[in-house]
Amino acid sequence: MIRELKSTKFGKYGGQFVPEVLMPALEELIEQYEKYKDDPVFNEELNYYLKDFAGRPSPLYHAKRLSKEYGVKIYLKREDLVHGGAHKINNTLGQALLARYMGKKRIIAETGAGQHGTACAMAGAAFGIKTEVYMGAKDTVRQRMNVLRMELMGTKVIPVKGGSQTLKDAINEAMRDWVANVETTHYLIGSVVGPHPFPTIVRDFQSVIGKEVRTQIMEKEGRFPDSIVACTGGGSNAMGIFHPFIEEDVDLFAVEAGGSGMKVTDKEALHSATLCTGEDGVLHGMRTKVLQNKYGQILESSSIAAGLDYAGVGPELAYLADIGRLKPCNSMDAEALDAFNDLCMLEGIIPALESSHAVAYVKKAATSGDLGDVVVINLSGRGDKDLETVMGLRK
Amino acid sequence: MRISDKFSELKRKKEGALIAYICAGDPSPDATKEYVTALVRGGADIIELGLPFSDPTADGPTIQAGIERALNGGMNPDIYFRTVTSLKMHIPLVVMTYYNIIFKRGLEKFVKDCAASGISGIIVPDLPPEESGELAGFCKKNDVDLIFLVAPTTTDDRLKRILDEGKGFIYLVARLGVTGVRADVAASTRDIIKRVKTTTPKAVGFGISSGKQAAEIIQAGADGVIVGSAFVDIIASGKDVPARLEVLAKELKEAIS
Repeated sequence: MIRELKSTKFGKYGGQFVPEVLMPALEELIEQYEKYKDDPVFNEELNYYLKDFAGRPSPLYHAKRLSKEYGVKIYLKREDLVHGGAHKINNTLGQALLARYMGKKRIIAETGAGQHGTACAMAGAAFGIKTEVYMGAKDTVRQRMNVLRMELMGTKVIPVKGGSQTLKDAINEAMRDWVANVETTHYLIGSVVGPHPFPTIVRDFQSVIGKEVRTQIMEKEGRFPDSIVACTGGGSNAMGIFHPFIEEDVDLFAVEAGGSGMKVTDKEALHSATLCTGEDGVLHGMRTKVLQNKYGQILESSSIAAGLDYAGVGPELAYLADIGRLKPCNSMDAEALDAFNDLCMLEGIIPALESSHAVAYVKKAATSGDLGDVVVINLSGRGDKDLETVMGLRK
Repeated sequence: MRISDKFSELKRKKEGALIAYICAGDPSPDATKEYVTALVRGGADIIELGLPFSDPTADGPTIQAGIERALNGGMNPDIYFRTVTSLKMHIPLVVMTYYNIIFKRGLEKFVKDCAASGISGIIVPDLPPEESGELAGFCKKNDVDLIFLVAPTTTDDRLKRILDEGKGFIYLVARLGVTGVRADVAASTRDIIKRVKTTTPKAVGFGISSGKQAAEIIQAGADGVIVGSAFVDIIASGKDVPARLEVLAKELKEAIS
């Protein structure tokens, strides 16, 4: 299952569906990543930043009261405690450092909720690299705090007014920028999506999550968990925690956003459950499962959690779902909000709405026996950014 | 009409080719026939008719807006092929679309629909040669040219492969960036025209809008120019569209004849 970097595909998924102008940049990225990924100097520097700057390793916390309430032993992987409040920093430190080693002078990125953009801004400032972030105009309003955070750290936030003015359009615009500035600029993709080698690179940098869990759960339980549950939009926190367990006897659950229901029209889906309901297609440089209409037009997806609101999904996740190695499932907006409240009240932890989807699935499935006795949930981020959304719904 | 026959004819007449792009269905499915006819009347040698996709990452704001108008106007692949069939073209028509549209229809069905409706070539901006094997096979079987793009960043190794596999004409991307009107002719444009040595005709696109630019590009050694955003701008204005399309086509064609 572990594949060479040279192969561009995961089964039939992945590949490089990009304009010719970008192909040499992808070749360069493959070559440079190959060169540095096992380089001791590169890794020593990356590990230094992960530890002293980002605060890794993040704890694996036995959530006793939640376990009792849900009826299964639950450990939370506390990515909400790393710098910036989400797992996104693992990838941005890795790629920004790689960009610096490659001699790139500028970083661009897309962001939905602003978590990845913020993590880019942190890495860009820490490494002294000029950083610009594309963000759907609608999202810049919805996630104003993150715009301010990015700007405080010297990042320019560019509102994208085309299309639905959300994540999908921010990616389109970042790709257009990259096409124009490919010689000086690194496109720091925030999830395990896009053309090869991005899904592999992002997965590798995020795998620090799963590697830590391997050690931590052995210390606490003397064995691996029965199952691991992670929310899935593009899929970076999921691949990060799943990947080191792929060869192990551990069940993997990818929880997508069920939104307000499984309904789909010709233009939009009321959910973002791409692994659950998407069809084979090509979007943003990769072949993967995609929410699309019968003509291949991409649907606008929907979720209460901006970080899950995406019409595509990482190609490796599509592959793992097809071969039955992971189980795609979903939680609806209302279920996620319910789980959000549980975690606040029972554990004193305010989770991101994204991560709340994973918690919600455990609540639903705990008594079915499908999850086994010991479950690890990837608590991919903290919920400060979601307070306005949540409080707004409570009124 | 085959693309190669058109270029041979123009070579005999010592003319550069004007390849005119508009997006089918912009702003409504009914408009396309009239607009294409106007371009042909103005002197377009080849029509590049866009088949709209919701996420056109290789296109700049002008063509994005045209694509959005077309999608809002109800254009889809079924209507597209019906429209093209009804055009009964006497010059080559090539379809420009993104890969997911082709993929979703089924590669073989898409190519067969092209052949049946009289389409001579296919341009897919997000399909590099690495991923094009299967589509190229169906194109070959059905006598439809799969046209590849060469960019200023294309390395020599890749260039060789593209020239080996490219059919119809080689689409030279004049500069880094997306489609859209520019005022000048970039130095990189002359470089790429010189660097690409092939017997397949070379057409240059991205940024060309005036007769002056077109003439410079033909003088630099290209066989044709591809003009899109300047035509789409006229459609966007909604004013006197067919007449103005014809006038611009005429200006461009005269500059390269």
